[in-house]
Amino acid sequence: MKLDTSGLESAMPFFGVNKELVEGFSASPSFEIPGACDFDSFQKEAVQMVKPAKGTTTLAFIFKEGVMVAADSRASMGGYISSQSVKKIIEINPYMLGTMAGGAADCQFWHRNLGIKCRLHELANKRRISVTGASKLLANILYSYRGMGLSVGTMIAGWDETGPGLYYVDSEGGRLKGTRFSVGSGSPYAYGVLDSGYRYDMSVEEAAELARRAIYHATFRDGASGGVASVYHVGPTGWKKLSGDDVGELHYKYYPVMPSTVEQEMAEVVAGP
Amino acid sequence: MTKQQANWSPYDNNGGSCVAIAGRDYCVVAADTRMSTGYSILTRDYSKISKLADKAVLASSGFQADIKALQKHLAARHLIYQHQHNKQMSCPAMAQLLSNTLYYKRFFPYYAFNVLGGLDNEGKGCVFTYDAVGSYERVGYSAQGSGSTLIMPFLDNQLKSPSPLLLPAQDAVTPLSELEAVDLVKTVFVSATERDIYTGDKVEIVILNAEGERREFMDLRKD
Repeated sequence: MKLDTSGLESAMPFFGVNKELVEGFSASPSFEIPGACDFDSFQKEAVQMVKPAKGTTTLAFIFKEGVMVAADSRASMGGYISSQSVKKIIEINPYMLGTMAGGAADCQFWHRNLGIKCRLHELANKRRISVTGASKLLANILYSYRGMGLSVGTMIAGWDETGPGLYYVDSEGGRLKGTRFSVGSGSPYAYGVLDSGYRYDMSVEEAAELARRAIYHATFRDGASGGVASVYHVGPTGWKKLSGDDVGELHYKYYPVMPSTVEQEMAEVVAGP
Repeated sequence: MTKQQANWSPYDNNGGSCVAIAGRDYCVVAADTRMSTGYSILTRDYSKISKLADKAVLASSGFQADIKALQKHLAARHLIYQHQHNKQMSCPAMAQLLSNTLYYKRFFPYYAFNVLGGLDNEGKGCVFTYDAVGSYERVGYSAQGSGSTLIMPFLDNQLKSPSPLLLPAQDAVTPLSELEAVDLVKTVFVSATERDIYTGDKVEIVILNAEGERREFMDLRKD
């Protein structure tokens, strides 16, 4: 029985080969192959390209009353949800917070390391380290490991002598000072809500609700974000956790189920004798 | 010119599943005893559980050679701790030591999927779950290894505890009694054995509570 290889035949005839050769004998079926030098790693890289990057949603912004920091709590390994209760807001010290996006172990380890360095600075200099200084310490470490595969996308938020401070630091070696950041695969959705609702002079409750909504909307649309939306506030006396709400419950709080009018009631059919 | 690919891998996967459940005043740590390589079974009687300290028990699945090296490293560090502090390491302390040990090999990882179970300083059960490079989290229950994707949804269904991130905080330990938890673990392994080829033969269950440590074995399907 001759196998049906019609599925394997290329749509286009071989480039440059004249027609006789192609029609003279049945061309062996082939898949289209990319013209890369290193075929095997090309395949792997192609798959990596479409993988969702840094499955998470974290955000932070500066406003009149300090810094608001919020994050989801989902950790995914490919398509498997490995945890719904990951702490993505890391308490570096009582007045500084770091957010976690990217590799969980990388973020956890280097934030703990940063906490140690900040404490050593306090002991050596008899004063707290600034947010600028702390973010620089972390950025320099990550820069020295550049290219080795660390995956860290973090925001350092704190309150020091100059007031509220917010820096974005990543494993490519980037360090940016700013007033509004969102990091992770859910960040486009969070930015949409955050940017449209942001005002500098909000109260702490208004800012917390804005942060919570932004995380909720990101978890709604992004499959790699979910779990519990945590919101922290950093003020002159340090950070304080304001809320931790399950995003499933937030959904029904924001969009309660309305009983709809029944148009046609189904009558009970009585079974015949 | 295609690059020469390495045809030797330093890693192998010996399979198996590990589970741990934290209770109000106990902790149950369990693992199957099958050690495989590829489609072959190397032995039906290999313990994946090791006692690191009085109140900390580690169950690991993955590459058993790396796991053996990891256990030796942790045992050595624990001995040094005992010499320096004149006491046993607590479970949360051992949890952080394990995380740091795993991360120090960030660029050539231990192929180990760990679950650490024990009693914390207040006598309550605690379970810590890890990834291969050291990210860890305290949870109420966890499963790792080849059967974890089969076991975790079942444990979620039976034991789903409120997230420790919720505010106001809610307790994460399961309200089950010790005997009910052991029964649940046995059920879980029987189910995992049905559908995971790398899990089976026997399940070893270690129960830690205020009285000390207890060990139970149960036969599983050998096919």
